[in-house]
Amino acid sequence: MNKNGSKKSIVIIGNGISGTTLARHIRKNSSYAITIISYESPYFFSRTALMYVYMGQLPFSDTEPYEPQFWRDNSITLLQQRVTQILLDKKQLLLDDSRLFSYDILVLATGSKPNLLGWPGQNLKAVQGLYHKQDLEKLEEWTPSIQSAVIVGGGLIGIELAEMLHSRGKKVHFLIRESHFWNSILPNEETKLVTQHILDKGIELHLNTELKSIASDAEERAKGVYTKEDLFIPCQWVGLSVGVSPNIAFAKKSGLEANKGILVNKYLETNQKGIYAIGDCAELMEPQQGRSPIEAIWYTGRMMGETLAQTITGKRTPYTPGPWFNSAKFFDIEFQIYGQVSASPHKQKERHIFWKHNSKNRTIRISYNPNTLCFLGCMTLGVRFRHAYFDTVLRENKSMDFVITTLEESFFDPEFYPTYKKEILMLWELEKSNLIL
Amino acid sequence: MIKTQKNIGLAFGLLGLVILSLNIMYSFENVPLFFSLCFLSMTLGGILYFNALYGATLSGIHNNGVWFNALTAKGLWGWILGLVLTSFYIAIYWFPELLGYRTETASVGLVAFFDPLSVLLNGKLATQWFMYGTLYTFAILLFGIKFIWKYRSNPYQIFRTLSVVFFQLCFAFLLPELLSKLNPEMPYFSKDIKNMWPLNYYFFDAWHLEGMLNGKSIGQFFLIFGLLMIFVISPLLTYRFGKRWYCSWVCGCGGLAETAGDPFRQLSSKKISVWKLERWMIHFVLVFVFITTIAVVWSFLGTQPELSLVTKERFILGVVVLLLLILLSLFIKHKNGFPKDAKYTLISVVSILLASIGLHYFSGQQNIFFFETYTFQKWYGFGIGAAFSGVLGVGFYPLLGSRVWCRFGCPMAALLGLQQRLFSRFRITTNGGQCISCGNCSTYCEMGIDVRAYAQRGSNIVRSSCVGCGICSAVCPRGVLKLENGPLENRITNPTFPLGNTL
Repeated sequence: MNKNGSKKSIVIIGNGISGTTLARHIRKNSSYAITIISYESPYFFSRTALMYVYMGQLPFSDTEPYEPQFWRDNSITLLQQRVTQILLDKKQLLLDDSRLFSYDILVLATGSKPNLLGWPGQNLKAVQGLYHKQDLEKLEEWTPSIQSAVIVGGGLIGIELAEMLHSRGKKVHFLIRESHFWNSILPNEETKLVTQHILDKGIELHLNTELKSIASDAEERAKGVYTKEDLFIPCQWVGLSVGVSPNIAFAKKSGLEANKGILVNKYLETNQKGIYAIGDCAELMEPQQGRSPIEAIWYTGRMMGETLAQTITGKRTPYTPGPWFNSAKFFDIEFQIYGQVSASPHKQKERHIFWKHNSKNRTIRISYNPNTLCFLGCMTLGVRFRHAYFDTVLRENKSMDFVITTLEESFFDPEFYPTYKKEILMLWELEKSNLIL
Repeated sequence: MIKTQKNIGLAFGLLGLVILSLNIMYSFENVPLFFSLCFLSMTLGGILYFNALYGATLSGIHNNGVWFNALTAKGLWGWILGLVLTSFYIAIYWFPELLGYRTETASVGLVAFFDPLSVLLNGKLATQWFMYGTLYTFAILLFGIKFIWKYRSNPYQIFRTLSVVFFQLCFAFLLPELLSKLNPEMPYFSKDIKNMWPLNYYFFDAWHLEGMLNGKSIGQFFLIFGLLMIFVISPLLTYRFGKRWYCSWVCGCGGLAETAGDPFRQLSSKKISVWKLERWMIHFVLVFVFITTIAVVWSFLGTQPELSLVTKERFILGVVVLLLLILLSLFIKHKNGFPKDAKYTLISVVSILLASIGLHYFSGQQNIFFFETYTFQKWYGFGIGAAFSGVLGVGFYPLLGSRVWCRFGCPMAALLGLQQRLFSRFRITTNGGQCISCGNCSTYCEMGIDVRAYAQRGSNIVRSSCVGCGICSAVCPRGVLKLENGPLENRITNPTFPLGNTL
């Protein structure tokens, strides 16, 4: 209860995975009044599933993990409005219909927005990123008039866009600044394999290529792009996917301390008492060793929501995520990572054993510390590993010998799939004998 | 190029269907020739079409455009197909004469079209059921090829489909026909050994029991094996592997749903309200089939004084003791409170128990609860056996999804599901905290299970309705789901937080 005798009012801006997880866990522990404000959509949906809606795999309603009844049952109020300003001294929000909305505790979970790097022509029609539901609707509107598309930026959203447009029968030009797809994260063999897979899918891949400008037709719509080598690629639509950055314009304007994202301490507290930031929009002032201040991925958003819910409901808890894990899918190839596997490791600190299937798109890479022979992490393409297994061995800092001999438990592919523990064991024995020499 | 191949495939397929449907109005002179032409044309057309769909693509599983297609997203073509299938089923069950079936003389038309094959296999002229069985098996074979092609990157799907096709072709179709041919004098009883009670709801009917008892060694084998299936083999296999050993590896209804029904799997409703309806319906069917079966066995025993060991009284006593034991074990297992599913089970068991006792006191020789002995059976046969499993179950594939019958009406699925929920090693494991809530698993679950609701919480999926088809795992883009058998301890999980955090 607050001083007026009514329930403490928690207001969350943003109904993505961070904000929704936070609301659910606050409700589990308390009876506070909870309001989620989002302009983007009436209900929480899975942003990562937008691509499947465009590809005709899912109806949009199936990307919503909870039925409308869920929010009523848990008395979580949903408000589809845009917040234009935070009035810090009054503890109120200014909404875009000029209404004021009071809060006791405010949480910003406003996510990201696609990066625009100032290219000439970036504001033309049929030039866009893919992040919000509205981006998907825009793309859907342009789709009938697209024969070929240019996608700029070889990251996770870029390859999703390539798969999406390809599935609708469009010719896709994929511009990547690097020599191979995602080679800042994927080591040499993996990045080559994925790059080849993109080519096999029939994507027109332009490696080592950067965008210079976007050309306009008479109606102010993109009609093609110029690369830095002055190659002209005609197209009817341009997708910009050179990363995302925190979506913090109104928060910054309102006086919250921010750098790239809204700055928070390890308790996810901003510089203003009673205001927190979680998910993509938050920038940690003291991130854990080896981790970035901004980690714009699903899982960290979820964990920040879980953590902050403890603090808000009375148990002040620092954000301490467990061992790193992530996953993705590049067309048909699934990707998983647990722990630390660097694209180009420092040989004295991290070494790898690497296995590749001789005909299928399957790889396993295991990294270890050559000084302590401790397991550091693993990365797979086309092979599913068990999260619970690696979470345990990473937390307990297990040796390579332990991991290699118990690897059988870690395979998570469906029944009747082969496991590759023998191959890995042989590689490790070989590696060890080389280490001794 | 691909489009041309698709169209040629469609043309051949349609040609076969046209030859088939012509039989309704016209009788061919040379039936074997046109029969072969008809089925060859459908097979060739199918294979050309599937090759156009999957032959040129890499091996990944794709459901692109499923929700844009009028056939698979409840559009006009979906409704038309639903109407055609439903009419066909109504004709088979209640108006077989429309298809050319005759009782007094030789059949004509569509049924007669199958005479040569029927004579070859079982030595008799075709009935509408032989025609139906042939078409049914053919559909499973043809669309089984499509299914394997589509899911070829996944060995679990390949083995499962080979199994379900094998059981349909050999055990449901060929073997019973050949057995009839070799023993023309044998009285009729179900010779599909895998079609066990309670899916085969008439197994314990007097005429069926007598058929088996008078069927010499073969009949007695079927009786003993049928009983073994119910009381030994099925419980053991369900304990070991979950109900999938039957529902998606062996069963004929499952066979059609998994193959021909695969394009419609996404149409099952995932709403919580529908789940509630499902639980009421499936338990009602279960109670109904138990009571009718107990009733017919009870009255059968009354007509068989020579079976001195099993009297009516001893039978009812046995049933009551068995049910009490089940109740007792339920109470011991859940002494700290009942989960929702177990409550439904409890209500079902108690209703069967009370009905069994009531039966003994309120029924005479010719009637059960004041109804004529076989009234229940007749209504069950009409309501569940025909209207539900056929007309609604298959006819409504393009509208309600491929497993309507299995989900809402099948007593076998209900019984195995009960055991799967309470006493089985099977579960779908959620891979820690890797779920991104995308919803592919839920959308493509033919049983309407909201798989994501469990996966995103980091909980394992242990649901009585799960038939273990493995498609949720196959379509998951992040490697989150795995069908597994393992120890009963910690099978059902409900962590406060999915894996990954330190709280």
